[in-house]
Amino acid sequence: MNVRLRRLWGMIRKESLQILRDPSSISIAFVMPVMLLLLFGYGVSLDAKNIPLGIVIEQPDTAAQSLAGAFDRSEFFLPQRFAAIQEARQALAERRIDGILWLRNDFSGRLLSGGEAPMGVFVNGVDSNQANITKGYIQGTWLAWLQHFAAARGQTLDLPVSMEQRVWFNPALSSHLFLVPGLIAIIMTMIGSLLTAMVVAREWERGTMEALMVTPLHMGEMLIGKLIPYFVLGMGGMLLSVAMALFLFDVPLRGPVWLLMLCSALFMLVSLAIGLLISIVTRNQFLAGQVALVVSFLPSFLLSGFLFDIHSMPAWVQAVTYLVPARYFVAILQTLFLAGPVWPVVLLNAGAMLLMLLIFAVLVVKKSYKRLD
Amino acid sequence: MNFLHIFALARKEFLALMRDKRSRIIIIVPPIVQLFIFGFAATYDLNDVPVAVYNEDSGGASRELLARIEGSPHFSILHKISSDAEISTLIDTRKVLLVIRPGQRFSADLQRGSPASLQLIIDGRNSNTAMIALNYLRNVVLDFNGEWQREHGQTGPPVKLEMRAWYNENLQSQWFVVPGIVGSLMLVVTLLVTALSVAREREQGTFDQLLVTPLRPVEILVGKAAPGIVIGLLEATLIIVLMVWFFDIPLRGSIPALYLGILLFLVATVGVGLMISSICVTQQQAILGAFLFIVPAVILSGFTTPIANMPEFVQWLTYLDPLRYFLVIVRGVTLEGDGFVLLLHQFWPMAIIGAVTLVLAGWLFRHRMY
Amino acid sequence: MDNPVLAFHRVRQVFNSDDEDDDVCVLDDVSFDIIPGQVTGLIGPDGAGKTTLMRLACGLLRPESGAIRVLGLDAVAESQAVQSVVGYMPQRFGLYEDLSVQENLDLYAELQNLPQKKRAARYTELMHMTGLAPFTARLAGQLSGGMKQKLGLACALLRAPRLLLLDEPTVGVDPVSRRELWAIVYRQVKEQGMSVLLSTAYLDEAERCHEVLLLHRGKLLGQGSPTDFSSKVQGRIFQVSAAGASRRQLQARLGQAPGVLDALVEGETVRLVMAQAGQPTVENLLPGLDEVFIQPAAPRFEDAFIALLKTRHEDTASPGKMDLHIDARDDDEVIQVHKLLRRFGDFIAVNNVSFQVRRGEIFGLLGANGAGKTTTFRMLCGLLPASGGELSVAGLDLHTARAEARRHIGYMAQKFSLYGDLSVTQNLRFFASAYGLRNHRQDERVAWAIDTFELADYGETNARDLSLGFKQRLSFAAALMHEPDILFLDEPTSGVDPLARREFWARTNALAEAGVTVLVTTHFMEEANYCDRLVIMAEGTVLAEGTPGEMKARARTVDNSDPTMEDAFIQLIEQREQDKNMEAVA
Repeated sequence: MNVRLRRLWGMIRKESLQILRDPSSISIAFVMPVMLLLLFGYGVSLDAKNIPLGIVIEQPDTAAQSLAGAFDRSEFFLPQRFAAIQEARQALAERRIDGILWLRNDFSGRLLSGGEAPMGVFVNGVDSNQANITKGYIQGTWLAWLQHFAAARGQTLDLPVSMEQRVWFNPALSSHLFLVPGLIAIIMTMIGSLLTAMVVAREWERGTMEALMVTPLHMGEMLIGKLIPYFVLGMGGMLLSVAMALFLFDVPLRGPVWLLMLCSALFMLVSLAIGLLISIVTRNQFLAGQVALVVSFLPSFLLSGFLFDIHSMPAWVQAVTYLVPARYFVAILQTLFLAGPVWPVVLLNAGAMLLMLLIFAVLVVKKSYKRLD
Repeated sequence: MNFLHIFALARKEFLALMRDKRSRIIIIVPPIVQLFIFGFAATYDLNDVPVAVYNEDSGGASRELLARIEGSPHFSILHKISSDAEISTLIDTRKVLLVIRPGQRFSADLQRGSPASLQLIIDGRNSNTAMIALNYLRNVVLDFNGEWQREHGQTGPPVKLEMRAWYNENLQSQWFVVPGIVGSLMLVVTLLVTALSVAREREQGTFDQLLVTPLRPVEILVGKAAPGIVIGLLEATLIIVLMVWFFDIPLRGSIPALYLGILLFLVATVGVGLMISSICVTQQQAILGAFLFIVPAVILSGFTTPIANMPEFVQWLTYLDPLRYFLVIVRGVTLEGDGFVLLLHQFWPMAIIGAVTLVLAGWLFRHRMY
Repeated sequence: MDNPVLAFHRVRQVFNSDDEDDDVCVLDDVSFDIIPGQVTGLIGPDGAGKTTLMRLACGLLRPESGAIRVLGLDAVAESQAVQSVVGYMPQRFGLYEDLSVQENLDLYAELQNLPQKKRAARYTELMHMTGLAPFTARLAGQLSGGMKQKLGLACALLRAPRLLLLDEPTVGVDPVSRRELWAIVYRQVKEQGMSVLLSTAYLDEAERCHEVLLLHRGKLLGQGSPTDFSSKVQGRIFQVSAAGASRRQLQARLGQAPGVLDALVEGETVRLVMAQAGQPTVENLLPGLDEVFIQPAAPRFEDAFIALLKTRHEDTASPGKMDLHIDARDDDEVIQVHKLLRRFGDFIAVNNVSFQVRRGEIFGLLGANGAGKTTTFRMLCGLLPASGGELSVAGLDLHTARAEARRHIGYMAQKFSLYGDLSVTQNLRFFASAYGLRNHRQDERVAWAIDTFELADYGETNARDLSLGFKQRLSFAAALMHEPDILFLDEPTSGVDPLARREFWARTNALAEAGVTVLVTTHFMEEANYCDRLVIMAEGTVLAEGTPGEMKARARTVDNSDPTMEDAFIQLIEQREQDKNMEAVA
């Protein structure tokens, strides 16, 4: 074997042994993904069910009971009856219910006289997203009841325009199908940037870097020797996450596996390069941890389009998101998992990641030299 | 308890935190920057959703409906297309989220009084965005229907839906998210300040020096907790002022109740921080420990997703999360105008979390030594 | 003459700080040549620039100006080539503590391009030489301090470099391991013709070098053989003893006497370095004392070193006065330890240790790193509960006693453990109030500390930025704020240069004279001379107890009529090993 390869092999073996003996590396690579995926997969859902809804019927006749019954039967609501609107208001203020359905005592009278009977709905708007979803479900239940009501009287309900919606890629609109692939990007950011930043800074702190420098080892060999084991570790965490996504959460994978792996490898390299850069610049574990948290973890959480739609952010925040590598990877992940190999999306985002990789690689190489000053 | 001891220790903690320019900056600047970036970034509201229109109808009704959609701030029509093939290209490549397709007979059907169908094809990759966009669009269509029926002398549906949102009348998600960010930032700042405090002293050996003085564990505990609480109070005040001024979030309820909530929340997080700190021997472990607490605490607090949607056993876990109670208090006081009585059940659990963690931390000071 | 293996030509190195006025000149116009095939010692106190010089020599730093040539290569332009040919062992050697001995060797063998087929033979040779052969599977982190250093040396020697640079290889290493390290180094020089540059703060080691470079505050004060140096103080060294005074009182008085540069307790006598040659008179040195014996002695390198540094700057502190108010109660045995035991899992750190300390005594715990000194210490201070046995300090077990009981003790930890980001005054004020001193009393004590320890110039400096010697003064002052009557000092002089160590012991002596009981741990064997009584510990057990004189008397042999404390220690350890082997045979 060539001398250079032998030296590289020595570094890789040392680094791998250290990973195997350090419980915190293993836990960041394997325990953290499992914990996050379980929390997000099971714990976090934007799909509302069993919304506690207060129903106030001032004149309990057939028509009003029938309308309320539609809500009783819906899987989205958990209705409670209140005798008066004041009681329901109090319950809403105390957060016991999220919305109120109020049928006043003239409801049936106006309905039967052919006029427009008002159905009052109040929702707690504090959680605006949840309130919007609740409103949507109420509208849906209302329309279904109208049709039912018309059919019972031998009529059809004619709405001038009716929407016929088709949802592509995720017909049931279940939120874990998009949260789980997005999480993979977060987990890989953590392994790549956070872990790498800490472990390289550790060599500086413990003084082992000084001993490594006074050997024939070249800086490039040292960097590659560090990268490869963490690359393998990161891809291991990634495979675990993908397996959990596919088999535990039943997320479909519609793109080819090799493409997923290729893009993940590219993203992993970008994360590793950021981690290396942080540790080379800070040379201190505490600072490296803080910087990695602030510049890589939080942005990849909030600015990658994983949870919040980038398109709706103010222009200056959108400009910031272009600097977040996870933004490109989340787009690729959501497309490859749910849509399939859409080449323009994949190529454009992969290109952006490649560009970032080049920039960071150049910075890492420029900043690392075999000197202590 | 000797107040002179506590005062001396608290003074020392402050000096240690604030004398160094770098650590001053780390405590003050990132929370404010994050409040701004995340306050603007973290929104579920959609603006200018990119839309393509495939209009095969030549009548005026479809144009009228499309004009309404275009007029809404939520949508902007970017493409007009004329073949099926283009639909999948635009959606697959994420150029548009939504394709609106009035059928060939849209206007004709409408004129005849029979239901006209409006086809929608939407990208479900981000299901939440898709659902919100559909809701917006449904409202536009319902408005259109109501007006059409009035203009053409048709009777509307026999029951009219009158919906109103309370507390956040325009359902702006900023009103919901920004108070959540306030709570999360306070959690992160106080936890980092306190989680490192004992671990750093252990690593540097100063903790031994402290333990051989006549200081009692209670005094050390109070002295160490004080800076976290005071810094937290100042930081909370600053963030809340920014929140009200800059993001125009109303402050409708009782401010003393808000401050009682802040105080109890700080006691609870300082307790958790000191407990983590006294379990850990090195700063690295303390950072990792703080991180392992912060991530689930934020996710399970109801900051971005409602607790009610979580499975039952996860909901039980959230009762251990001080942020859960604090977010209810911040949102309650700012948006809902709550006072002490309505928030009573949020106060005492935080007090219990604080008491338990602080007692444990104090016990660990002396019993974890190697 | 051979070409030099290492040549510095007018090298200057400055560390820039943010403020240009604060730039520190670490090396100033340093020039020297080192000829091949010998051991060169780089000697100097703390902060003299030794580590910077080492790093410059292997191309890890770029000098501000000047030229450095290593084995004919330019250290700046050809740093990669230099790093490929020299062997270097940094101060904290870069061992991976989570890798085993064998894995560390393998790593450095790969990195130094040692061919596969030569490895087995080289490993066997090095492991045999260092005595690490039985431990190849052990993690480096679980080796003792001395074994770690030997492993570090083995790693640096894998490829038998022509030039070996060792930065303080013997710091914190027990005497037995130190002897072994030196033996290995000499063998390399003799058998392989290797050249070695070695820095050290132990002055007795200077005499083992062929040539010495003396560095002080960035300037090269001299280059030559150790005898070149010591011959300069020929005729200025004397040993003094007096029947009418204790060694300690004698040393304190002699330290203040005119014409005396240095007074040091050595065995039963006090060793003097005079400013000028010529026999001093009793009237001059110790007026009013009878039966004083003054004998000339052979100069050593240490004498020359102290003489050189003390004449260069007179600003070192003149300690010896301790204005303390100790209310000595008259219980006789202040500290009692009986069959003390401490386990960490399976490992027994302190095993069946017993001793008593009387009031006003300086009592030493001696032993190598890992002998159980610090663990014993922490139990006495109440920082660690004992697993078995009994202990009492002023009649109490501090681990269970009420907080008030701790008012009587002062504690100075092994490494600097005051608040780095607080100023000197803030640190003092904090500890004063932690001990319940307030208002006027507090001001008074802070003023006392600043005055006694000569800290006035550094009142507003952050403790972190003090030099090691001043850090140690500050810790000492903080431990004395409340005038304790029992003082615990854990390795107080570790890593501190000889001048600061002298100062420290002068203060401790003064405290003991004032009636304070002092319990001190140290791994510097010659410091045992300052103790009234001591125990020697190894592997958690007490090997011997007694006065320094008794200890040394036991080691007296035909060959060695005046053994040092170090000889006594080594003899005890060797005897223990023998006993162990005997047991194993039986």
